[in-house]
Amino acid sequence: MQIFTCPFCGARDETEFRFMGEAGKQRPEGGRAVGEAEWAAYLYLQRNEKGPVREIWMHQPCGELFLLARDNVTHAAEPGVGLRPEGA
Amino acid sequence: MARRLPQGGRIDRARPIPFSFDGKALSGFAGDTLASALLANGVSTVGRSFKYHRPRGVFGHWTEEPNAILDVTRDGRREPDARATTVYLEEGRTLAAASVNAAPDAERDRLAVIDAFARFLPAGFYYKTFLWPRWGLFEPAIRAMAGLGRLDPGWLPAAPAAPCNRACDVLVVGAGPAGLAAARSAAEGGRSVLLVDDRREPGGVLLWRGGEVEGQAAEAWIADTLAAIARAGGTVMSDTTAYGVYDHGLVCALQRGAEGAPDRLWRIRAGHIVVAAGAIERPLVFADNDLPGVLSAEAGLAYLRQYGVLVGERVVVAANNDAAYPVALALREAGAHVSLVDNRPAPRLRRLAEDGGVAVLAGERVVRAEGRRAVRAATLASGARIEADALLVSGGFTPTAHLYCQAKGKLAWDDALLAFVPGAPVEGVSVVGAANGVFGLAAAVAEARAAVAVPKSGGAPAARDPAALDAAPAWPNGDAGGRAWIDLQSDVTVKDVGIAARENYASVEHLKRYTTLGMATDQGKTSNVNGIAALAAATGRAPGEVGTTTYRPPYVPVPFSAIAGLRGGERMNPVRRLPLEARHRALGATLGEYGGWLRPAYYGPGDMTEAVAREIRAAREAVAVFDASPLGKIEVIGPDAARFMDFQSYMTLSTLAPGRMRYGFMLEETGIVFDDGVVSRLDENRFRVSCSTSHVAAMHARFETWRQDQFDPARLFIHNATTHWATLAVSGPLSRLLMERLSIVADLSDAALPHMAFVEGRFAGGPATVARVSFTGERGYEVSVPAARAAELHERLLAAGRDLGVAPLGIEALMALRAEKGFVVVGLDTDGTTMPHDLGFGGPRLKRTGDFVGKRSLFTQAAEAADRKQLVGLDTVDGAPLPRGAHVVARDGGRLRSEGFVTSSYASPALRRPVALGLVARGAARHGEEVTLRHLGRELRARLRPPCAYDAKGDRLNA
Amino acid sequence: MTGYGAARLLREGLRGHRGWTPAWRSPEPKPDYDVVIVGGGGHGLATAYYLARVHGVRRVAVVEKGWIGGGNTGRNTTVVRSSYFYPESVALYDLALRLYEGLSRELDFNIMLSQRGILTVAHTEMEMDVCARIVNAMQINGTDAELFDAERVRRVAPLLATSPGSRYPVLGGFWQGRAGVARHDAVAWGYARAADRLGVDIIQNCEVLDFIVENGACAGVVTARGPIRAGRVGLAAASHSAVLAAKAGFELPLHVYTLQAMVSEPIKPALDTVVLSLGTGVYVSQSDKGELVFGGGIDRVTSFAQRGNPPVQEAVISGLLEMFPAFGQLKLMRQWAGIVDVAPDSSPIIGPSPLPGLFLNCGWGTGGFKAIPAGGFLMAHLLARGEHHEISRPFDLDRFARGALIDEAAGSGIAH
Ligand SMILES: Cc1cc2nc3c(=O)[nH]c(=O)nc-3n(C[C@H](O)[C@H](O)[C@H](O)COP(=O)(O)OP(=O)(O)OC[C@H]3O[C@@H](n4cnc5c(N)ncnc54)[C@H](O)[C@@H]3O)c2cc1C
Ligand SMILES: [Zn+2]
Repeated sequence: MQIFTCPFCGARDETEFRFMGEAGKQRPEGGRAVGEAEWAAYLYLQRNEKGPVREIWMHQPCGELFLLARDNVTHAAEPGVGLRPEGA
Repeated sequence: MARRLPQGGRIDRARPIPFSFDGKALSGFAGDTLASALLANGVSTVGRSFKYHRPRGVFGHWTEEPNAILDVTRDGRREPDARATTVYLEEGRTLAAASVNAAPDAERDRLAVIDAFARFLPAGFYYKTFLWPRWGLFEPAIRAMAGLGRLDPGWLPAAPAAPCNRACDVLVVGAGPAGLAAARSAAEGGRSVLLVDDRREPGGVLLWRGGEVEGQAAEAWIADTLAAIARAGGTVMSDTTAYGVYDHGLVCALQRGAEGAPDRLWRIRAGHIVVAAGAIERPLVFADNDLPGVLSAEAGLAYLRQYGVLVGERVVVAANNDAAYPVALALREAGAHVSLVDNRPAPRLRRLAEDGGVAVLAGERVVRAEGRRAVRAATLASGARIEADALLVSGGFTPTAHLYCQAKGKLAWDDALLAFVPGAPVEGVSVVGAANGVFGLAAAVAEARAAVAVPKSGGAPAARDPAALDAAPAWPNGDAGGRAWIDLQSDVTVKDVGIAARENYASVEHLKRYTTLGMATDQGKTSNVNGIAALAAATGRAPGEVGTTTYRPPYVPVPFSAIAGLRGGERMNPVRRLPLEARHRALGATLGEYGGWLRPAYYGPGDMTEAVAREIRAAREAVAVFDASPLGKIEVIGPDAARFMDFQSYMTLSTLAPGRMRYGFMLEETGIVFDDGVVSRLDENRFRVSCSTSHVAAMHARFETWRQDQFDPARLFIHNATTHWATLAVSGPLSRLLMERLSIVADLSDAALPHMAFVEGRFAGGPATVARVSFTGERGYEVSVPAARAAELHERLLAAGRDLGVAPLGIEALMALRAEKGFVVVGLDTDGTTMPHDLGFGGPRLKRTGDFVGKRSLFTQAAEAADRKQLVGLDTVDGAPLPRGAHVVARDGGRLRSEGFVTSSYASPALRRPVALGLVARGAARHGEEVTLRHLGRELRARLRPPCAYDAKGDRLNA
Repeated sequence: MTGYGAARLLREGLRGHRGWTPAWRSPEPKPDYDVVIVGGGGHGLATAYYLARVHGVRRVAVVEKGWIGGGNTGRNTTVVRSSYFYPESVALYDLALRLYEGLSRELDFNIMLSQRGILTVAHTEMEMDVCARIVNAMQINGTDAELFDAERVRRVAPLLATSPGSRYPVLGGFWQGRAGVARHDAVAWGYARAADRLGVDIIQNCEVLDFIVENGACAGVVTARGPIRAGRVGLAAASHSAVLAAKAGFELPLHVYTLQAMVSEPIKPALDTVVLSLGTGVYVSQSDKGELVFGGGIDRVTSFAQRGNPPVQEAVISGLLEMFPAFGQLKLMRQWAGIVDVAPDSSPIIGPSPLPGLFLNCGWGTGGFKAIPAGGFLMAHLLARGEHHEISRPFDLDRFARGALIDEAAGSGIAH
């Protein structure tokens, strides 16, 4: 059972967290004009890196999204980092 | 034959305890294990082997035991496949043990004849036969023969123990000399320490080997060390097996309940795990080494010292290392006639043994155990034969490094030590003592102390000294002919390994799977390394090249009941309960689980159909009250709320005037309908989303996600107010009359409160919101009050409406009412392919200019396909109701093809006929068409129609 | 004489089993092949077999980074069934089941197909309606299915808790009699042995690290033991297909999760069928050796660690005891995990990849053991002909852009 660190609440059990997606994914803008392939890529494709990864997680009790750098082979996890710039 | 000595052992002879084995009444003492008591009673055959039904006796003395697996029934409760070596006799509890895999009993097993055909049943024989006519014909007989214990079908769960959590700086696993020393050092160094040990008494190997530790006699040293640990604030848990290491220092341990108490699961989060779990003796492998009377040498000593049981009168100790010498001497001292057969030509302890009266045959080895039902003699390589009623074997020691391996440590083969030992250190895990291949007592203790000196270190380099045991290779080679057993519980011989090698099952994992070596309930604790060595020999490799299989939890079998703990019964996915539950019950409601909530299905005694019809009539002809409290109420607040809602919703919401409501959908990004519901605009910057009950949590999470991902979180706030409010829906032509009698402080006139509008007012001194919405198609009001006022409101509604014929409305009736209207329930009348235009809401898809969640997906090829399944109503042709789940079918050149299915179907008292909804390919364009349905092989006919069957114009909303 | 059978066992028994020969060779890789298949799981091995057997393509290598069958094929809970909802799925899984039905004899290797039936139990009226919907779909699509009431459920699974007082009372369920279990290792080994005899090279301990790309097309693989050229390359590496895709310059719509399985200690027969509960999500069967083999939910944290986590174990085991209270007297003997490759619609991906010359057979997720014969058969067709068999067409990667997902959970409310 892994321990992830919510940047706002601290170290918590992994069962409190929800995986939201690989970091860096952009929602294509343009609505209906977005190309079919580009839209499908946004919806479905995963980089699936093995080893160190950067992901967006939600800490469900506080509802905050944050960036989690972890290793999906060793399960080492760095403390989470908030998505908003300091002070914002 | 084994017997109890008149004195000795850590048993209490003043407390005899009766028990039975295979129906025979026997007796042991407090402190006995079932295995020691069986031996003390001279029981030699404790069961039959898994495959060949060979007689087997107790081999080991603790968790490594492969043979003595029994069905144990205590106080009437059975534990199948109990390991006799770890079951303690307990005063005041009955214990009946039965051998497994034997009928009628272990002594007279009828299937013993199978052994005569063993040569035709080698490893993996079942892969090579039973091909004709088919496996299914043979399987029942094979299954009946396989398996060990018997399940008690009448067994009833007892109260389980709640799992417990614990955190510590240092967790030490194993209270032998190394573990005790580590725990003491760590505790005295100021760290919080938990020491767990699976035996009832701490001390580990010292309990039967004794000796001197740090200048003290073992017994005294144990006592002093325990006292020191306690003084320094450390905790010692006995009867507790750490069985699994998981991520980030989590260790799961099983604490066995004594005196009938349930077993308990402990989840221990440790900063530093010190594995001091000792080592397990390996058998020597020779022909017929599975006979009862062949025991591990360590077991021979343990039975003597711990239980006062002498395993034989004439004992042959066969060994390849020094550890067997104290065993031989102790048995000699206890009165046995002992010969020590050592494969090393010049053992350095020879003189010591001989001086103690042990005959030593150096440079010799046992090649065969003689005897039919039990050991009678040992035959040596030289051809010599020694009479014996016990044959103790020691083929070296295998470090118990399971937990290190589970923590992703990799074992390395040590050719001098003849053992797999922990390799590169793993952060936060230290392995010390025999578990680390350090077999000298003093060295182990020193290593243990050093390991905890540095917090979290992987430990100092091990002081492994091959001279400590001075073991010489004694690997199975099968040269003696006959059947030499490697895995006693799985019945795997050296020949089986040879066959596997010949057939190129040369990976150790293939060996395991092909021969089942190491796959039994002991998980190969005594057999794995011998198996690896045999495979290495057969394939011309070193054991290190063959490698080990993966060590997986649990280290010992763990009762399901302990792992499940208290999660069962009503605590499993607990249903959520309404504030008004007591009132519903008082009104005679039959409650059912809907979307995770316990809700009234219908009210009143008697038949559900009648009750539902009664409630429907009330809703259509008078007035009915429905408890809609679990409906979601998620508020979106802030200057960007309108923009946010437009983006979230399929329908435009920014154009909604404050005080007004709009029905609509939320889509997934894939365009699939995620939920439907009514959105209210409370004011310019505040919306309330009334989502369906089962979607509340997901909707909240979804809003939060988009808020943070695509919006300025400072300008938006999401608040889930669902459980703050109780909501009662008042519906029916007389609903306005009833509402007016409620003394709600608000203007409820149609002018002030038209359909799809709401007002905020007061009820009984508190806030109340009254909304004009309808899920039944009749004039309707939803009244929301703080949950604490729900009962009062409910009571007032029913009392004030008595003369109007008011009735409480259950879910079943509501479902029929909305089906008459063609209103969908998302997830029931939609599936994971349904898009809004399939439900007749194509407008926003084509007209909305701005982007919203899921928009692009509404224009994929599949979304624009002509044959999409669309919502329709279905009318029965012959008057019989259409079964839910029936499919509309078409024929393609003789082949049936599904065109969709019935999703909802109810009797409609208002229409005096059944109504149904369904999703049917091109359904919207096929109104009026008669179609064929199939249900469980029957054919039915139905006519497609628009979804709404009742009051299509909607006049009744304002009736 | 190299065939199996009772007569051979007798003969070998009489002469000390000296006559057995390798089930498959361990050849050195050749510099080039017509087809190289990445991944020696069931799908890779079956592909090789059908390539040689059906299409006469014999210069084939299966390149496996560890030992064959060591991925999910050797870790699954061995349920085979074709109880699917959509016609595309039924066509695929029923092809697999039909091939399984003749496979022991075809391969001359007992894969121990035990058609003991699978029972899916429903706990609410709504679930019963869904069961009816599925049964009808299956019957229409030409496979066997029956709707059971509570009484018939009790008859096939007498120890199942069905009473109205239990947390998940059983109202009934649906049954596929042809479904059951098969021995997972035997499927891998049987295909390997049969393929080997047709000349296929099975190369173990040889990790594929990269692809050889020439003129914009895949021309082979780079392995830990050197390059191997190939006319066409098939990628059947389960979750590692998603990782290797990056080497070929594209991404796949796959999530990588951990799926656990657990077994009890072996007992005498206590459960004669496969049971899946819609309430707990737990499914269980009893192996021929007597262990209860069961699993349930997925660990939803992407991981390549191949090990499971206690919270899921606790949930699955408590679910099992809720279904079968009497199993509370048993113990967990072993627990393990596989890394499953789950597509957004939980259906497999079979078809050409964005890199010409490289073909995909992956995305089997939590349910691809049952599909191994079909996956191999269809992939062989694809590799031999360069185009889809009609049954694999709907499972092409292009379905995601087209929006034509085949989501069984969506159609039937039941995943894997
Ligand atoms: C716990 C569990 C229970 C399951 N239960 C069932 C069930 O009951 N019924 C069912 O139908 N399905 C079940 N499944 C799913 C099923 O096991 C898989 O879908 C199926 O085995 C996939 O087969 P495969 O050949 O695609 O993958 P695998 O068997 O995983 O084979 C892929 C192979 O590729 C190899 N490989 C990876 N990378 C490389 C590389 N770079 N170079 C060379 N080789 C490589 C791997 O070592 C592996 O051997 C279960 C899965 C799990 C984990
Ligand atoms: Zn938080």
